[in-house]
Amino acid sequence: MTFVVVSPPLSVRGARIAFGDRVVASDLALEFPAGRTTCLLGRSGVGKTSLLRWLAGLLPGTERAQPLAYMAQRDLLLPWLDILGNVLLGYRLRRDAAALRTAEPRARALLAEVGLGDRLGDRPEALSAGMRQRAALARTLCEDRSVVLMDEPFGHLDAVTRLELQDLAARLFTGRTVVVVTHDPLEALRLGHQVRVLTGTPFTVGLPIEPSGPVPRDASDPELLGLQGQLIAQLRRTASGSVP
Amino acid sequence: MRPLITAIGLLLAWEALAWATGVPVYILPPPSRVGVVLVERFDLLMEQAVWTAAEMVLGLILGLILGAALAVVFAASAGWRRWALPLVIVSQAIPVIAIAPLLVLWLGYGMASKVAMAALVIFFPVVSTLYDGLRRTDPGWLDLARTMDAKPRAVLLQIRLPAALPAFASGARIAAAVAPIGAVIGEWVGASAGLGFLMTQSLARGQTPLAFAALFLLCLLGLALYHATDRAARRLVPWQSPQGE
Repeated sequence: MTFVVVSPPLSVRGARIAFGDRVVASDLALEFPAGRTTCLLGRSGVGKTSLLRWLAGLLPGTERAQPLAYMAQRDLLLPWLDILGNVLLGYRLRRDAAALRTAEPRARALLAEVGLGDRLGDRPEALSAGMRQRAALARTLCEDRSVVLMDEPFGHLDAVTRLELQDLAARLFTGRTVVVVTHDPLEALRLGHQVRVLTGTPFTVGLPIEPSGPVPRDASDPELLGLQGQLIAQLRRTASGSVP
Repeated sequence: MRPLITAIGLLLAWEALAWATGVPVYILPPPSRVGVVLVERFDLLMEQAVWTAAEMVLGLILGLILGAALAVVFAASAGWRRWALPLVIVSQAIPVIAIAPLLVLWLGYGMASKVAMAALVIFFPVVSTLYDGLRRTDPGWLDLARTMDAKPRAVLLQIRLPAALPAFASGARIAAAVAPIGAVIGEWVGASAGLGFLMTQSLARGQTPLAFAALFLLCLLGLALYHATDRAARRLVPWQSPQGE
C-alpha cells in the first residue's frame, strides 16, 4: 500500500526541558528533515524520552507543534477491544463517525500488511509480544499523520523479532517525518537516515551521522558495523566523562 | 470437596456437643433437629427466603447502579467530587443499624425499607472501588489518547471506565457479601415477612430450631448471591489487570 504523504519538517528552536530544578536540555535547536527518519541515540536517563514527550506535547505546559502519531515502548493495546478496534482507537476517541467509517478499510489493509490480517477479531492477550507490537505499528500508521514519534518501539522484543519489525517499520513509514528514540546503536543505524547522539547533562545533540544506502540497512554490512563500533565508543566516552 | 468435609465435620462436632452436654433445645438445638424443622416447615421457610432474596437482589442492583453513577460523576467533575464526596463519607460514618428504624418509619414495614437499607450498605464499597479504579488509569493509555486528540468524554467512557471495571468487579463482590446485612437488619427492626423476621418471631416463641433453619437458609442465600456476582463479574471483565506485565 502506498500513501501520498507530504511531510513537513519538524523543528525545535530554543527549547528548554526541565523538571523542577533538574534541567534536561536548554536552548535546544534541532531540525528533523521532512520525510526522513531521524534516530536519537543515547544512554538510559540522558533525556531522549523527555525530548520525545516534549515534541508530543505530553510534558506539563507543553503544546505540540502539529498533529502527530506517537508510539511508546509498550504496545498500549486496550485489552477489552479486539485488534481492529485497537487500530481504529484514534477515530473512536475523536468521535468522528464519518472518518471512522472511511478509516476502517485502511485499518484492515494495514493489519494485513503487518501480517495480522487473520487476527482482526482477536483480543490482544491472544497475541505474542511481537504481534502486539505489529498491531501497535498498524495503529500508529492508521492515524495517518505525516509526523511519527517512536519511543524505543522494539526495545523489549527478542533480537530476531526486533529485526523483522525494524524492516516492517522502515518500509511502512517511508515518506513520513519520523523520530525514533533508541539506546541500540544498531537499531539507529538500520532505521535512521540520520543518527544523532545525545550526551551529557543537560544533554547536547551531536552532529547528524548519515550512513550510506537506503533504510532498512543490512545489519551485517561492514560499514554499518564499523559505525556501530564508533557510536558505542562515543557513548562510552561520554559516560566515563560524566562519572567523577 | 475440602469445604464440604470441613462443614460435615463441624456439624458432627456440634451434634456431639449438643447430645453430650444435654443443652436444652431452645438454647442450642442439634443440627439433626434443625434439619427436621427445615423439612417440616419447608413451605414457610421458602416463602420467607424468596422475600429476603428479593430484598437482597433489589438492594444489590440499586446499590450498584447508585454507586457506579456516583463514582463516574466524581471522576468526571471535580466540583461534584468536592461537594458530594464528604457527604458520601459521612453517610458511612453513621452505623446503618442506627438509621434502620428511621428508614422503616419513612418507607414502611414492606420491602422498600429493606431494599434501601441494603443499597445504603452496598453503594459505598462500589463508589470507593470504582472511583479508585477510575483514578488509576494506566498513564500510557492517557498519553496515547492525548496524542490522538481524544475528547475527554470519550477518554472517560472508552478508556477510563473499561479500565476501572476490574476494580468495579471487586467492589461488586464486596457489595454482594454485605448485601444480606442490610436486608436482615431491616427485617429485625420492623418487617412483616422475610427470614430475619421469621428469626425474631421464632426466637420470641422459643422455636429456636426454626430460627436456626432460617439462619441456615440466610447463609445459603448469601453464598448464592456472592457466587452469582462473582461469576457475572468474571464474564463482564474477562481481561487481566493491565499493569500485569
